[in-house]
Amino acid sequence: MKTPEDVLREAEELRWQLPQNLHDRIAESIYGEAARIAERSITRSEGSRRLAWQQKLDRLLTGPWTAFPIMVGVLGVILWLTIIGANQPSAILSSLLVDKGQTLLSAWFLAAGAPEWLRGLVVDGMYLATAWVISVMLPPMAIFFPCFTLLEDFGFLPRVAFNLDRIFQKVGAHGKQALTMAMGLGCNAAGVVATRIIDSPRERLIAILTNNFSLCNGRWPTQILMASVFLGALAPPGWSGSIAALSVLVVALLGFGFAMLTSWLLARTVLRGEATSFSLELPPYRPPHFWKTLYTSLIDRTLIVLWRAVVFAMPAGAAIWLSAHIFLGDQCLAAWFVHATDPIAWSMGLTGVIFLAYIVAIPANEIVVPTILMLSVLVTGATGGHGAGVMFETDQAGVRAILTGGGWTTLTAVCLMLFSLCHNPCSTTLYTIYRETRSVKWTLVSALLPLAIGCALCAVVAAVWRALA
Amino acid sequence: MNPPDPHGPGAACVTCSSRFSQLRKLGLRVEDSDYVIALAGNPNTGKTTVFNALTGLRMHTGNWPGKTISRAEGGFSYAQKRYKLVDLPGTYSLLSASPDEEVARTFLLFGQPDVTVMVADATCMDRNLNLILQVLQITRRAVLCLNLMDEARAHGIQIDTRNLARDLGVPVVPCAARAGEGIPELIREIATMAQRPDTPAPRRLPLEVPGLRLAMDRLETQLQQVFPRLPQPRWVALRLLEGDRDIIDAVLSGEIGALAEPVSARLKPAPESPS
Repeated sequence: MKTPEDVLREAEELRWQLPQNLHDRIAESIYGEAARIAERSITRSEGSRRLAWQQKLDRLLTGPWTAFPIMVGVLGVILWLTIIGANQPSAILSSLLVDKGQTLLSAWFLAAGAPEWLRGLVVDGMYLATAWVISVMLPPMAIFFPCFTLLEDFGFLPRVAFNLDRIFQKVGAHGKQALTMAMGLGCNAAGVVATRIIDSPRERLIAILTNNFSLCNGRWPTQILMASVFLGALAPPGWSGSIAALSVLVVALLGFGFAMLTSWLLARTVLRGEATSFSLELPPYRPPHFWKTLYTSLIDRTLIVLWRAVVFAMPAGAAIWLSAHIFLGDQCLAAWFVHATDPIAWSMGLTGVIFLAYIVAIPANEIVVPTILMLSVLVTGATGGHGAGVMFETDQAGVRAILTGGGWTTLTAVCLMLFSLCHNPCSTTLYTIYRETRSVKWTLVSALLPLAIGCALCAVVAAVWRALA
Repeated sequence: MNPPDPHGPGAACVTCSSRFSQLRKLGLRVEDSDYVIALAGNPNTGKTTVFNALTGLRMHTGNWPGKTISRAEGGFSYAQKRYKLVDLPGTYSLLSASPDEEVARTFLLFGQPDVTVMVADATCMDRNLNLILQVLQITRRAVLCLNLMDEARAHGIQIDTRNLARDLGVPVVPCAARAGEGIPELIREIATMAQRPDTPAPRRLPLEVPGLRLAMDRLETQLQQVFPRLPQPRWVALRLLEGDRDIIDAVLSGEIGALAEPVSARLKPAPESPS
């Protein structure tokens, strides 16, 4: 009976009788055969017009002077479209779902004779959190995703990867990391899975650990809302949309900068090694199927992501309501936490409410803003102009009133935007990282590394801001 | 051999033209299939677009190499037979692989699909032919889908498909999957190939290295003795002679024997990728 070892020994012996460059000779014979077959069946006539414009476009999109301004410009335009376009629908949705819906549901509960705690838990807790998630998230996503997918279908992504390749090489990471980071702009868990296209384990790990610095769809709405409500409001009317888009763009670019910085640090310390070079194919530009893309990105991406947010918002809403209504001594649970953490949060330019919101939002970043709004109302008693309990408007003025009522300044908004960029990934992403790396250690690193950067960054910004103010 | 359910979701196919009349897109219903069809090819040649056109599913497509990272499955039925279609990540070669390419390589080698559909980019056939020739070494039933013919025409590239089919020894179907062009012909060729009673003989590489043929024969015989049910023993023998570390380790640990388990036991559904 032969064993596997016998086979390997035989292979070893036979290998000695074969030419040293066997691998190359086999590859050569494949390439030669391919070239011969191609020559017999394929003829090219030179000088097609289509090729000419594609080459011109490529020169523009990958040119040394034009590449970066165009890339940043395209991202800026998408953000601007998202912010301008989402404003009106968000206001309509919130007046329908939050204001009217909540009043209506409350009335039904009262009419049915339900106890007050049940009405509070279901309507003020679960329903309100869900309604907020939908009105805050749906409009920006319904604009951002289709724009992104159209660019992807057109062939823009490989050009971005091509342009960024040199930077990635310099920091000791893989050029394909640009593609995985672009996927991370939609969802970090998807971005982490996409790192499978990187064959070197070292570079793949770097790509996994830094993917969180790509703002995901759960965080875009937070950025956009903070930028519109606080930063856009500083600008003269008519410019607020552009200023808001510009500030979100700066945060997104800052994320890219942090990804480069941490990649560089990792490649210099714990994940040292040679950067592998690779050749990226630049596929031809293809006109996207506009309506088909619109349909798939709305159904597949927008609605699926929204559904996830809703699924997490309902229990979170219940938890928030309970934490604000279960009393321990003279304060509710949420108030205990908020007051205990306020001093640390203050040093980072944040508030205890934001801390609590980020703990509640570990399963999904999408619910950060709704959680902050609910906690502000329930714990700090900010009501956005109205006096009656939890009735408030959630257009931008209403959001601003609630938050400033909770002691917010422009600094708080800026620090929240930075913290939203640099903090631990959501639990889905963490689980995906564990599944891809099979390592508790690297999963922990991927959670703590951005968190540490975020805390330090916010503390420095807050200190400088206060010193200058 | 179940006939397609006349009341299933695929039955109400309103978009079918007369040529498509025998095609039913079965979407995700892949159980009880008569044949397993693999879609293989270089990255970004439109495998997922062909997959979507055949199954009626809407897997995400993107114009960049590396978009598909794990295996996707879908089904269609045509002329009373049910087909399971497996969409694989693109790969440049069967000789070396990143984790996503590994998925494609393992399935092509050891998944033993009934027909392998090679999807090639008609605008750069010289590069695509390298993989096509490698795939033809390990399969006897293959169909070449010459995709992106519309782009090739726009670039002024003419391909003599009859000549190419004769050279490769497999049917060649020119397609433009994005526009649905050539899909009915592709289905017909897949069905014909799956049901052919004789085994066709695609082109094999000459491998003109002195002593190689003999060495491969000897090693192949030994491999078959140790792993009687191993598919592709000849390919494994070649990899061992080339000193492929992964394959040597797989032989040593006996892992390569596990690859020879029946398809159904081995092919657990690929982990779903969140998006």
